[in-house]
Amino acid sequence: MPIVAPMDVDGFVVRAGFLGDAAYVATGEGVIHFVEAGETHLAPHKNGLLAAEPSIDGKSLITSGDDGAIYASSPDGSSELLAERPRKWIDLIASGPNGAVAFASGRTAWVRLSDGREKEFAHDRAVGGIAFAPKGLRLAVSRYDGATLWWAGTEGKPVNLTWKGAHLGTSFSPDGKYLVTAMQENALHGWRLSDNQDMRMTGYPAKVKSFSWSVKGKYLATSGANAAIVWPFFGKTGPMGQSPLQLGTRSDVLVTAVACHPKEEVVALGYQDGMVMMSRFEDNAEVLLRRPGGHPITSLGWDNAGLRLAFGSEKNDAGIISLQDG
Amino acid sequence: MSATQETPAQIPVTVLTGYLGAGKTTLLNRILTENHGQRYAVIVNEFGEVGIDNDLLVESDEEIFEMNNGCICCTVRGDLIRTVQNLMKRKGAFDAIIVETTGVADPAPVAQTFFMDDDVRAAAKLDAVVAVVDARHVLQRLEDTQEAEDQVAFADVILINKTDLVSADELSAVEARIRSINPYAVLHHSERCGVDIAKVLDRGAFDLDRILSLDPHFLEHGHHAHECSPDCDHDHDHHHHDHSHDHGHHHHGHEETHSVKSISLTAGDLDPEMFFPWINQVTQIQGPNILRMKGILAFKDDPQRYVIQGVHMIVEGDHQRDWKNDEPRESRLVFIGRDLNWDVLKANFKACAAE
Repeated sequence: MPIVAPMDVDGFVVRAGFLGDAAYVATGEGVIHFVEAGETHLAPHKNGLLAAEPSIDGKSLITSGDDGAIYASSPDGSSELLAERPRKWIDLIASGPNGAVAFASGRTAWVRLSDGREKEFAHDRAVGGIAFAPKGLRLAVSRYDGATLWWAGTEGKPVNLTWKGAHLGTSFSPDGKYLVTAMQENALHGWRLSDNQDMRMTGYPAKVKSFSWSVKGKYLATSGANAAIVWPFFGKTGPMGQSPLQLGTRSDVLVTAVACHPKEEVVALGYQDGMVMMSRFEDNAEVLLRRPGGHPITSLGWDNAGLRLAFGSEKNDAGIISLQDG
Repeated sequence: MSATQETPAQIPVTVLTGYLGAGKTTLLNRILTENHGQRYAVIVNEFGEVGIDNDLLVESDEEIFEMNNGCICCTVRGDLIRTVQNLMKRKGAFDAIIVETTGVADPAPVAQTFFMDDDVRAAAKLDAVVAVVDARHVLQRLEDTQEAEDQVAFADVILINKTDLVSADELSAVEARIRSINPYAVLHHSERCGVDIAKVLDRGAFDLDRILSLDPHFLEHGHHAHECSPDCDHDHDHHHHDHSHDHGHHHHGHEETHSVKSISLTAGDLDPEMFFPWINQVTQIQGPNILRMKGILAFKDDPQRYVIQGVHMIVEGDHQRDWKNDEPRESRLVFIGRDLNWDVLKANFKACAAE
């Protein structure tokens, strides 16, 4: 039986997950909780915290806030100021290869390289989402009417991908072949980067706010429906002409957060009513991890071994679910 | 155990409009500095002279998101969606939100954001649109620009500011002109925005009641010189907004003023089977011309008052409270708009009366 160890947190959980063996929960009130042998609290930002993203090396949690600061914090209790844009609300962060960090506010995105150099990328319209390609210091910026692919390390020419509408959160497939965006409309958009072929993934009753690539990037699991909608991304054509898997279907409760298991073709789902479940792609087998009750789940994150799952909700709920006894 | 479904309180939002120099910043500064026991998150278009050190003051560049091929009824403010979502991460740090718009902003996308985006709708509700006008310049502004007229037409509360700079006669002329556009807004006079803040913020249903209990006298000086024929000939689903349609003819000429009019319709009990199809049809077909619509309705065999409001094609309604014993069960519906066929509206509304 899975065991739920609740954590005592206040407010909205922006992000929950693991850095190595340490679980973290970062809240909108500005507190970062690290739980390892004991519990450590950090509050690097002056006020609230708007976004949090683990570094690629898994050693620190990058956070940004309404104080315009970007910090890297570690479970040992240290915080380092990486960059600052006074008076801006920095609400988007991405962590990239070689210690690069991207962040954005309004119409501008910046990349900070590990040596402290910064590059600025200006756009005509607001930045809706940012993501690093798996290789080569390439930054995708989703925006109104499409996305722009920038080279962060070199002076290469940007590539513009066009699709009408407002593009918000974005993500590269782990093999770097596809870029996916969540739209203001209840849909995902995707581009196959080899030929800029468009892909529309529609049918959602709500906006897609959480997505997660499965092990080896074979599937993309998404929130925004009363089930996890899981699109196939293998083969030459990816999801084109394919139907998605629908996992963890409930009659009238929306899935609000998803996290694919690091080793198995299994997805953890968080629902609007606070329930957490996991479901296997192959046969839809389901395991209840947390009973309904409480507020919508905002974030889920597995540890590297896939044995523990951190979760957080919109209000005062967070915890760690262990799949193994003891 | 089943989930304890508590309905989270929606944060009230006040939208502040007004031409450059009318006094919006002065009003904002007063709201932010006065001791009124309320904590406001304030979204401004630029920090400018809002010289307040408040961590819940955020600058936001206007980002118009056109959805569904750019129908004006389907435009929202992307930056507001984003900012409201960010604010919700600190829910509990503030009691209400104020949105300041640029002087030339069309108030419709701002208002529509609070109806059309599901996340924003769940988190926040439009409390009132407050327009600040400059008593000395507003008549000229209304001649020159459609935005000024839209701002007045959209407002629930209008603050006629800088009244010390005009004579009593001039002030009466200003008031009459504003009333001719929008007889239902609550008017306040002020010098340097010196108005009781409680009369401007957190108005909610109180104003709706008051507005609808007024019996406005119509000033008949609308002349329909400019026919815009903006029929939006498409199905409009108010909850999915997934229709597709083409029309790009919403470039109203700036030469046309005096075009906004309003009508107040009254009836007794209504038949919901008649009313809802009708109001959906009216707003679908004439949505682009309807700036605001609001009403309090009595439905047959329904002990509760039904409150309805709309912006362009968007209609929102809900039960409010029981009709009181000493309260006449009366349905009242107000439209403020351009080039509406008032006689047809009147006749069709009457036809919704319960037998």
